[in-house]
Amino acid sequence: MRHRTFWILVSLAAIAAACNSRSDVPPVSIVPEGGGAGANAVGATGTSTVSGTIMLEGTAPAAEIIRMNSDPVCVKEATNTETEYYVVGDGGGLGNVFVYVKEGLSGSYPVAADTVVLDQQGCRYTPHVFGVQVGQTVQITNSDPTLHNIHATPAVNAEFNTGQPIQGMSMERTFDEVEVMVPFKCDVHGWMNAYVGVLDHPYFATTGPDGGFDIANLPAGNYVIEAWHEMLGVQTQNVTVGDGATAEVSFTFTVG
Amino acid sequence: MRWLHYYLRFVVASSLLLIVAGGLVTSTGSGLAVPDWPNTYGTFMFAFPFSKMVGGIFYEHGHRLIASLVGLLTIGLAVWIARSEPRGWVRGLGWTALAAVVVQGLLGGITVLYFLPAPISISHAGLAQLFFALVVGLALFTSSGWRGSRGGLDRRGDDGLARLALAAPVAIYGQILLGATMRHTGAGLAIPDFPLAFGRLVPPEWSTGIAIHFAHRVGALVVAALVAATAVRVLFHHRERHELTRPALLLAALVVVQVGLGAWTVLSGRQVAVNTAHVAVGAVTLATSLVLALRVHRGWFPDAAGRRRPGATSGVASLGSGSEARA
Repeated sequence: MRHRTFWILVSLAAIAAACNSRSDVPPVSIVPEGGGAGANAVGATGTSTVSGTIMLEGTAPAAEIIRMNSDPVCVKEATNTETEYYVVGDGGGLGNVFVYVKEGLSGSYPVAADTVVLDQQGCRYTPHVFGVQVGQTVQITNSDPTLHNIHATPAVNAEFNTGQPIQGMSMERTFDEVEVMVPFKCDVHGWMNAYVGVLDHPYFATTGPDGGFDIANLPAGNYVIEAWHEMLGVQTQNVTVGDGATAEVSFTFTVG
Repeated sequence: MRWLHYYLRFVVASSLLLIVAGGLVTSTGSGLAVPDWPNTYGTFMFAFPFSKMVGGIFYEHGHRLIASLVGLLTIGLAVWIARSEPRGWVRGLGWTALAAVVVQGLLGGITVLYFLPAPISISHAGLAQLFFALVVGLALFTSSGWRGSRGGLDRRGDDGLARLALAAPVAIYGQILLGATMRHTGAGLAIPDFPLAFGRLVPPEWSTGIAIHFAHRVGALVVAALVAATAVRVLFHHRERHELTRPALLLAALVVVQVGLGAWTVLSGRQVAVNTAHVAVGAVTLATSLVLALRVHRGWFPDAAGRRRPGATSGVASLGSGSEARA
């Protein structure tokens, strides 16, 4: 009898563990008050700017048309059905490049108070590439009248996968660790993906179709600037910027 | 007993359909399209509307529905066998099938809730194949050909065939586990060319993925050699034994098809239909090799009175063909 009771308890514990859907539980965010980068001195700010342009050399592969037939709602709702791997402006500027200060900063920076919105609209993620600070709130919204799942697949941060079956649903998530980049995907609609760069400071930008970027309010100093593109990888450059000055940094990615 | 056998055939067909559905889930990358379990997007799974089975949900939720059907069929199988089967070891296999399907369901749920950890997903794939082999075995054990075989002793024996027939399903199952490991660790295209590996017989560089992939290719050679040796042995030494020649020839043909599908999977960049067919044909290959092995070792299995067939312990026990048995 004692053995039977033991095995019943073990079975119930196993079932309870299996039924405890982790995907419904937001990851615990442990962020020190007043900043997400630890207990160091407050990071300096300034009046310097690093700006530049990301250029594409060569001819980018033509955007492909995404077949959304697996979900009739997507076919109806989609306003853009072209792949976003290469967003190239008229002058050869490369969009959707995440540019950030990789090295050169010290101290901890307060978490930005504003919420970054990642929207699922027309069965696409908007924006496709963006950045947040550690501990900053990301609001993920489903604007589509269909089901999406939001599946973040980080290497360092906690993975999560949550369903949003109803239009208008929204949820908030934070990331606890620096990670460039954290991919998002929708397993329902395999073409949907997005990337977020998670940093412990506010000095980052994402290029628009013209390839331009500005990283403002930096303290004077020497920095390593990194540019990340989902298909073309990363490039880094060193830059020195004086107090109140603007330093130009340009990157050229080559395709083909 | 005849109706039980037909029922088991239906369970076999349903289980194969379930394996195809599972193969589609992984081939389409839909394993996490339904993030919760056992519910589906917060809805009781059987109440989830068909109209919302879009995109990856179609594959993942469809897999769960078919799995539920197989689970119910397996409950029926275990109960039916328990009530009607005089052979104790067959009743035991019926309950084993039920236990396997329960564990399989839990593994499927756990792998979803924990974002497809490779060990769990590989176990899920491996147990699926074992379950399929088990219900195929049960269908064989309840067939009139098996129960009515007159036994008798092949005095010459054939120890070589006895060993080959056992080695084949073991090797095939090992190969299936390697394939599942490759599939669930993303190593399916770790070696992108075929039949060479990076243009050479042996990969010039190694990583975990390349090693797993290459091991699967080497495993295919081992299985092909074993199956060829088995088929040749059957055809040359037991040509009159149709209950052996049929599965032996089918097994050889399946291995040829399976190697072709494996090559096509790589060359097509893991095209969904081809990739899934590779999984399904793997299951049928395992089942066929098991049927051959069981028939070769027919004498190991006692009848309802607990009697083993004469001469059962040495080599190939004589099993009358289906027509002989019915006569």
